[in-house]
Amino acid sequence: MVKQVITGNMATAMGTRLCRPAVISAYPITPQTTIVEYIADFVADGTLKTQYVKVESEHSAMSCCISASNTGVRTFTATSAHGLLLMHEMLEWAAGARLPIVLVNVNRANGPPWSVWADHHDTIMQRDTGWMSIFCENNQEILDSMIMAFKVAEDPDIMLPMMLSEDAFYLSHTSEPVDVPDQALVDKFLPEYKPEHFLDPENPKGFGSLVMPPQYMEFRYKMAESMDLAREKIRKVNDEFYEVFGRKYGNGLIEEYRCDDAEVVLVGAGTNASTVREVVDRMRDEGHKVGLARLRCFRPFPYEEIRDLAKRVKAIGVFERTYTFGYQGPFTAEIKGALYGTGVDIPIKNYLLGIGGRDIRTKHVRAVFEDIMKVAEQGLDQETKWFGLLDGNTPEEEL
Amino acid sequence: MSKHQDIPLTPINTESSEKVRTGDWRTYIPVFDAEKCIKCYICWKYCPDAAIKVKDEESLPEWDLFHCKGCGICAEECPKDAIEMILEEVE
Repeated sequence: MVKQVITGNMATAMGTRLCRPAVISAYPITPQTTIVEYIADFVADGTLKTQYVKVESEHSAMSCCISASNTGVRTFTATSAHGLLLMHEMLEWAAGARLPIVLVNVNRANGPPWSVWADHHDTIMQRDTGWMSIFCENNQEILDSMIMAFKVAEDPDIMLPMMLSEDAFYLSHTSEPVDVPDQALVDKFLPEYKPEHFLDPENPKGFGSLVMPPQYMEFRYKMAESMDLAREKIRKVNDEFYEVFGRKYGNGLIEEYRCDDAEVVLVGAGTNASTVREVVDRMRDEGHKVGLARLRCFRPFPYEEIRDLAKRVKAIGVFERTYTFGYQGPFTAEIKGALYGTGVDIPIKNYLLGIGGRDIRTKHVRAVFEDIMKVAEQGLDQETKWFGLLDGNTPEEEL
Repeated sequence: MSKHQDIPLTPINTESSEKVRTGDWRTYIPVFDAEKCIKCYICWKYCPDAAIKVKDEESLPEWDLFHCKGCGICAEECPKDAIEMILEEVE
């Protein structure tokens, strides 16, 4: 293994090279652009043997991956925000066709108002497409998750595409030390993709063709079944990865940090978790029983882990970089849903921070912890808190 | 495949669409007048379902009613009005 200091986008490009996709198709969009550029460099210098297909849109990039994947080969693409939204129709197709495509989405806010900064809304909007969805916290996790993603997605019992998300700029353009594993180890861990069904002129089959109402429901049921199985598969591959590479990410679905005797925990995803982890350490030193549960996997949703966590704490604060208009933050709604009927009735408060790339600083996290500790003692004052909205203070003062 | 357990995860169709009867979607059926036909085969070229068969360049076109959906494009395109679409009687 060689430790290199690289950005999240370089980690994505190197992860791609290690996984040896036969076809890559992508369209550049800020802040994903350098992924496309680095992969082009690898293809040009001969270190990545792949068919790199230039297209005129993200819709076409996903269509290209779908067609290539249907021929029975490994495929990859990367995008961001509006690019992911333009792909939406074909994301549905990729999942319904049971194609284990891996996509890296660099989380960016959707316009208007125009923005290129970190926000989880783009990924969350794809919740119901049938893609597995994982949020990465650092550049090492991006590279490692790519290797695990193909392994999970290509499992004959799963056969669903997987989306990995990395926060714009906080990861995409920030350099961190990353262990780049040996190609031989990766090849052994991730063997060649050999699906049962693929386009073959010698053995013609129709793919995704019309079915009548008596059959359609069965295929959706099978997607649901595989998505449920994916929980155990993600946990298992996380363990197997640890055996070979010496790194793991919680239990694959969720990563608890100092939660064992915690009275309150914050649940967050992506880079938010790093700031929360730092504040947990500082507040623990002061004697506060606080913890972090990082939601790594959003689909399939780790409801069992959430139930187990909620039994042990007095209150949960859900820390979100996105909002679902008309209700609450998506993680909050899912967490509350997971707890219904379990007899656990603790306050759960939704905190909205960092939307559109607004900085989340340790002092903000501390204020949130202080608020949720108060909620744990006194009960819920409000369900949803848009944290730090301008209120006579300047943005600079707010920071 | 009557049990959902037997259906593959991947939505594939292993049988050719030739085996799917689309003729029963039909409301109007083409009626061919061989006397008017000049064997230009424009009907054969235009049929979107390849439901008009021509054996060789001497033969008259024949309709494959197992697949013909009764769209009427052949009747519309025929330069000699040799094809008429009439309401099909079904039992």
